[in-house]
Amino acid sequence: MSTLVAVLVGVLVASGLYLLMGKSLLRQIIGLALLSHAAHITILLSAGLRGGVPVIGSSPGPMTDPLPQALILTAIVISFGVTAFLLALGYRMHLFGGEERHGEEKRDDR
Amino acid sequence: MTARLIAALPTLPIIIPLLTAILLIAGPSRRAQRTLGLAGSLATLAASIALVLLTRGGQVMPIQAGGWAAPYGITLVADMLGALMVLIAALIGLVGLVFTVAAGRDDRFVHAGWQFLLTGINWAFLTGDLFNLYVAYEVMLISSYFLLTHGTTQRQAREAFGYVAINLVASMFFLFGVALIYSATGTLNMAHLAERVPLAPAGTVRAASMMLLVAFGTKAAIFPFYFWLPHAYAIPPGGVAAFFGGMLTKVGVYSLFRVFTIVFPSGGPDPLLLWSAAGTMLFGVLGALAQDTVRRILSFHIISQVGYMIMGLALASQLGIAGGIFYVLHHIVVKSGLLLVGGAIQETQRTDRLDRLGGLARNNGVLALIFMVCALSLAGVPPFSGFFAKLLLIRAGLEVRQYGVVAVSIIVSVLTLMSMLKIYTTAFWGPGEPRRAPARLVAPAAALALITIAVGLRAQVLYSLTSTAAAHLTQPARYVGTVLKK
Repeated sequence: MSTLVAVLVGVLVASGLYLLMGKSLLRQIIGLALLSHAAHITILLSAGLRGGVPVIGSSPGPMTDPLPQALILTAIVISFGVTAFLLALGYRMHLFGGEERHGEEKRDDR
Repeated sequence: MTARLIAALPTLPIIIPLLTAILLIAGPSRRAQRTLGLAGSLATLAASIALVLLTRGGQVMPIQAGGWAAPYGITLVADMLGALMVLIAALIGLVGLVFTVAAGRDDRFVHAGWQFLLTGINWAFLTGDLFNLYVAYEVMLISSYFLLTHGTTQRQAREAFGYVAINLVASMFFLFGVALIYSATGTLNMAHLAERVPLAPAGTVRAASMMLLVAFGTKAAIFPFYFWLPHAYAIPPGGVAAFFGGMLTKVGVYSLFRVFTIVFPSGGPDPLLLWSAAGTMLFGVLGALAQDTVRRILSFHIISQVGYMIMGLALASQLGIAGGIFYVLHHIVVKSGLLLVGGAIQETQRTDRLDRLGGLARNNGVLALIFMVCALSLAGVPPFSGFFAKLLLIRAGLEVRQYGVVAVSIIVSVLTLMSMLKIYTTAFWGPGEPRRAPARLVAPAAALALITIAVGLRAQVLYSLTSTAAAHLTQPARYVGTVLKK
């Protein structure tokens, strides 16, 4: 199970980087979102995937460390906010003359 | 009552700007915003001065949030290093805000963004927990994205997009590092990590430390992760640029100092960091020599100066680390002063291109004097603070026989002076009838120039504080013991 999730992280990083290398602004934003989700899943993985409930209760049995879940909850909220900000920024750049292609810089006079 | 107030003091530099920011978001009138913003910054400054006075003797003041004991709860720690960094952040925050108000650039939610930025920076300096450091970084970065893109033109939006993207990638490395270190040790509290890291599998620890090096290194703009900085920092108006250029990269530098001494101690000069330090110094200053606008030159200088700080860290002796911390504090004051001079030029002349400027010294004598003091201090000429900062680093380098990096640091000082002369000879001398900068734009930079002179004349006071801070980092037993209540 852990191996499978590790492969998933690899796939997410690879697709994220691929999208980030492109020139379309929207693709770059999606790429960045995929990269952060790869990091979130790695945090989940760091506790080990044992399949138990993450609560310290009275019931015996395998229990999962609850801390990484709290950590990724925070991290997801943050990356959601930043992604929203990036989309707003991208929209603004789009309004400034419809230039969606981020990589092609015009050498303007400073 | 007083005892409880003192015990709660490490939270105040975070809480005061946070509350001020929340009040500011409610959107009072412009006059009330200015009063509230400046009052909040002043209160933060007062709290941070109290914090420095309380930790002066080497005390460590931990706070366990919610009363949960150290490895389980969220820990805030104020030690000498944290207190000094909070003090300088409050100072630069106040001076930069005064300049922004004086230049009339504080429209809409700038004041609120400013206080949120101060919250994030102070939080990063006072947290004792790796994941909280990440959250503090994000609070700080989101505020900085806002201030950077506020009122943007098309070119600014494009440069800002790059800044946001590079910081997101660095944050991803940070999270990977946190995940690895958690899986290896089962804790994220820095004091607890200091105990557990030596027992953890060496390979995982090494991988985690490299992930964190990339994350902090990108934010601190060390070689080879510095390329984003000059683009981003040449965008915003003068006051914001001074706050950014002074403080933001130094939060990365601070994290490197904290994490690579307490959590991952190297025990001797670290070759990787030494190479990085030399590269940062050299490429930063070479980049500066090639630029043709005042603020871009100054932005490249931020990079080369970060190299000196990393050199102090890489030497890993107590003298080296004390010198590095001294350099951080000196640099923040001087660089913000220079960026404020650049901002004053930009505000009054409407350009900062060297080929369109000239003759500033003729009718802006005070501005020229401030620039000269700060530039000489940056290059390390006595009797200003920069001389003592470089002297400490060079002595530390010679003590541990790292002659190569010492040689680079001396050459880079000369090159720094050269590029400063380039600004001085073209913008301040030469032909031209520039407008006169009003006193309200000059005063904030003058305050910082006076501080560098004062520190230069009384270097012993600051040195004793920074060597106390360095002692906590090189012998973390006291830090660890106090936080974990041993």
